[in-house]
Order: sequence, then structure tokens, then C-alpha cells
Amino acid sequence: MSATATTRPQAAARKRPPLRPQRVLVYVALIAAAALFLLPVYLLIVTGMKSFAEVSLATMWNLPSGIHFDSFQKAWFGQESAGIRGLNSNFLNSILLAIPATIGSAFLGSINGYVLSKWKFPGADLLFTLMLFGMFIPYQSILIPLVQALQRMGLYGSLPGLIFVHIVYGIPITTLIFRNYYAAIPTELIEASKIDGASLLGIYRHILVPISMPAFVVVAIWQFTSVWNDFLFGVIVTSRPNVQPITVALNNMAGSYIVEWNVQMAGSILAALPTLLVYILLGRYFMRGLLAGSLKG
Amino acid sequence: MRQVSRDRLVSILLIIPSVILIGVFVYGFIGFTGYASMTKWASLTPDFTFVGFQNYAKLFTIDRFLISMRNTVNFTVLFLAACLILGLVLALLLDQKVKGEAVFRSIFLFPMAISFIVTGVVWRWLLNPGTMQTGSSGVNLLFEKLGLPFLRSKWFTDPTVIYIRPETAVGQFLNNIGLGWITTPYIGFSVAVISLVIAATWQMSGYTMAMYLAGLRAVPDELREAARVDGANEFQILRHILLPLLRPITLSAVIILGHISLKIFDLVVSMTGPGPAFATDVPAFFMWDTTFRGNNFAQGAAIAIILLIMVAVLVVPYLRYTNRQEAEL
Repeated sequence: MSATATTRPQAAARKRPPLRPQRVLVYVALIAAAALFLLPVYLLIVTGMKSFAEVSLATMWNLPSGIHFDSFQKAWFGQESAGIRGLNSNFLNSILLAIPATIGSAFLGSINGYVLSKWKFPGADLLFTLMLFGMFIPYQSILIPLVQALQRMGLYGSLPGLIFVHIVYGIPITTLIFRNYYAAIPTELIEASKIDGASLLGIYRHILVPISMPAFVVVAIWQFTSVWNDFLFGVIVTSRPNVQPITVALNNMAGSYIVEWNVQMAGSILAALPTLLVYILLGRYFMRGLLAGSLKG
Repeated sequence: MRQVSRDRLVSILLIIPSVILIGVFVYGFIGFTGYASMTKWASLTPDFTFVGFQNYAKLFTIDRFLISMRNTVNFTVLFLAACLILGLVLALLLDQKVKGEAVFRSIFLFPMAISFIVTGVVWRWLLNPGTMQTGSSGVNLLFEKLGLPFLRSKWFTDPTVIYIRPETAVGQFLNNIGLGWITTPYIGFSVAVISLVIAATWQMSGYTMAMYLAGLRAVPDELREAARVDGANEFQILRHILLPLLRPITLSAVIILGHISLKIFDLVVSMTGPGPAFATDVPAFFMWDTTFRGNNFAQGAAIAIILLIMVAVLVVPYLRYTNRQEAEL
């Protein structure tokens, strides 16, 4: 085995084989799968771009006659005369929610990850495992006391309340990602700094933070995406429409019989856009977050 | 030495806020829910009269609960199978050194970035079978246009439950050998669940694809090369070399997707709701309905605890396993 490894040049292994019938089949299968994956996107875009006159179930797969933004306008601004709420304020709520929640849990996760990887105390691993369990629980099992607690704290029904909830339940995953990241940093580096008289916080600020940018990006993307996409906490914690995040507002819009389905489609595009943009721009880090979510660093 | 002990103190002070938050908001709250599930609390005003396991016993006599449990099992099995198989096939295809691999990967993975709510809204329209008045719509209409009208289906509006009926020959046979208890719709298959599985697989199979692809890339080329030299064909290589090496990934994927699937809620809310005769109802949705719409807090708490136990059975052994594995390093 080792003989083939050394004699076979690496370049030859990377070269693409010539196009044979078998390879054609591979491409046919991939293109067919891609088409199926893009089917909902086609329907979303085509329907969102149709004018109100063109929208009917019988012609739902047809291309629009031109590019119309009526549906987007109605989804975004609403229509007061018909009692339809636009998604614009909810979009803003989601931004005001996702950004502080992401920063908060990334900060806590980084501190926890640092202590749990480089300043291990007896029982640190057990504590970490107990923390991790928090990211798997069905949130139904904490919702009843959560509502009660938020009411007592005066945070129920408010955006700060929802931010707080996302920070708390974001701790396990952010701690996991940072702990795995810091665990890969040589302990000698930390030990040498200790001998030089650096304190715990000094090491964190001057050594770990500067080299943690990739971990911060992975955590930020992960948290932003999960907070933006969350529905359960949003629907439980915020009951007033003007405080609700976009997922809750979109679900209300889709459940309403007075909202045309092309407006629902346009609304869906608006709700999906920010996380899709993050994915398109920072896909590499998105992948890393995904794989980190399965516990292995 | 003084420095070290001071740092030790600082390290503990730094982690204490998170420990308290998780302690209270995860473990404390689970304890509270567990306690509430053993009370008479069935209205907006709490009533903590202790009734033991009464609410649990009652659940197993409620039709809707048993149906939602059956649906969860249906959904979990199909969803896991679909994601694992599709993910593996896509990963194997992408591992053939294809042109445009990055584009294909992005297409298979982008649904993961989207909320289940958006997925639900879109797929509700895609799988909307249409009515007598409107004619076919969504994929049914597409099937008609493609000349495949026999593929049309009632999707999530189908109340059909497939199960072994006690009056049939098979049912009577099972009854005779003491297995009569499985001849009930509670141990059956709800056809409408397939629609949820399709939407959820569209969203999540990119995840298994990414995991398997990462795993395949870690298999050294030399290993396959050596097998080929020994006369193995591609299928044998897959069967005897790749699949065994991918087993840890399959395990991780089963845990991650399994716990998502047991907890599935958003997709049901936005796509189907409980469906005809609760054909697409799930415990997470039933809990929400019972607790926050019906104000039956004790009953809702009992459903939540059962849900938690199901997830814990899946996840706790895995957490212990990964913890122990790390300790050995």
C-alpha cells in the first residue's frame, strides 16, 4: 500500500478521468438532483415576481409576463385597508434580535470554551457535558417555567426578553465550538505565557482572542442563522405583532386567508434572504459550524 | 504559585454566570416542568395539588396523543432513512471528481440556511393537491403537465392510515398468536406524514451529504487503489471499505437528525398543522396546543417530559460516549 502511495504522483490522482458513459450518468444524476432541490426556489421566485392579475393555481408553474414587484411591496409594507400587516417592522425586529443575541452568546461561549479547555478544574469535563445536554433538549420541556420566569423578570413579551432567552440557550453550542477550537491550540503556548507572568485574562486577551477570529466567525454565523430562523421562542415569548420576529410574522401571514399566496411567497423570500446571503458569502464557515454541531471539532 | 491560584479563582468566577444560567434555565426548569406534570394545573391560575403520575396515565388514553406518537415514529424513521440514503448517494456522486462540485454542493446545502417556517410555507403550496374548483395545483399540476397524472396524490390532506386490521386474515392470525395488540391504527403508518418527510428531507439532506463527503475525503486514495489492485469492484469497495469507515458519521447523523426529528414543530405549524384526523400531528405541536392554547399546563408538561425522555434516550448515551472518548485521549 505504501509502495503505491509513494510511486503514484499526486497530480495524477487529481486529474479528472475522461468522459465515459459512467461519468455521464454521474452528471445526469447530479443535475437531476440539483433540479429537484431548486424546484421550490423556482416556484418562489416565479410566483413572487408575478403581477396580481397573473396569479392563479392553474398557471403556477408558468413564467411571469415580466418582472413585477407588487407582491414584494405588499409583503414588505402590508396593506392597511385590507388589514394586512407588512413584514418590514418584523424584519427589523429580527435584526435587532439576532445581532445582540449572537454577540452575547459568542462572548459567553468564548469565555467558557477558554476556561473549559485551558483552565480545567476537577469535574470540568462533566460540567461541559452537562452544559451540552442543554442544546439537545426539546424546548417544550422548559417553556412553562420560562414564561413564568420572564413575567417575573418583567421581560415577557419584549425583544430584550427574547434576546436574553436566545443568549442563554445559545451557551451550549457556542461553548462547544470555542472549546474545540481552543483545545487545538498548544498548551505550551499558554504555559510559556504563564511563566512570563501573564494572567488568565491577559492570556485570553493577548493570545487567544487575536487568533480566535475563525471561531468567532463560525459561531457568529451559526448563532445568527439559528436565532433568525427560530420560531418556537419567538411565538411563545412575544405575543404582540409589533414585537414579533419575522418567522412568527410570516407564519401568521401564511395562515391568514386574506393574504394572497404570491404575497406569502414574496414574504418567504424576504424572510430567507439574510441567512441565504450569509450562506452565500460565508459558506465555508457555515459548513464548519454545521460539522461542529455534530460534536466533533 | 500565588498567580496560579488567583487565576484559578478568576477562571471559576468567569464560568459561574453560564453555569448558573444553564443550571436554572435548563435543569431547574426541567425540574419545574416535571413537578408541574404531576399537579392539577389545568387553567391560567396555577394549582399545584399533587396528583402523581395521573396526567401521564391519562395521556395514554387520549387518542390524539397516541396518534401524535405514532406520527413521530413514522416521521423519524422515514426522515432518517431518506436523509442518510440521499446524503450518501449525493456525497458518493460528488466524490467522483466532478466539474462544478462547489456549485452542486451549494445547491444541496443551501436549504439548511433557511428557516423551517419558510420551508413549510413553500412546500405547503408545492404539495397543495388543489380542490375540485381549482383543479390540480403544485407538484400534482406538474405531474399532469409531464404526462404523469398517476403520480398525483392527496399529500398532507390524506387521512389514510395503513395498519393491520383485526378482521383480516393476517389480523386474525396475529390475534391467535397473541399479537392482536398490534392490529390497531396506533401501530400503523400515516400517509400524510410523507409530505412532512419530503419537505424536511429537502431541508436537511444537505447536512448528511456534507458529513459523508467530509468522511469520504478522509479516506486515503491508496486504500481504494489497493482494493482495486486486489480485484475489488466499486460496489465491493463501497460495501467493505467505505461504509464501515463512514459508520461513526452515520452514528453522529442519526443522533443529530434524530433529535431534530423527535422535536419537529416549526415545520408542522407552518406546513400542515395537525392535519385531517391529526394525520400530521406530533407531540411537540400537541404540547403547544394543550399548554398555550388550551391552558392545560399539567397535561402539557407531561407531554413535554415524555418528549424530553425520548430525546434523552437518544442523546445521553452519545454524550457519555463522546465524553469518555475524549478522556482517553
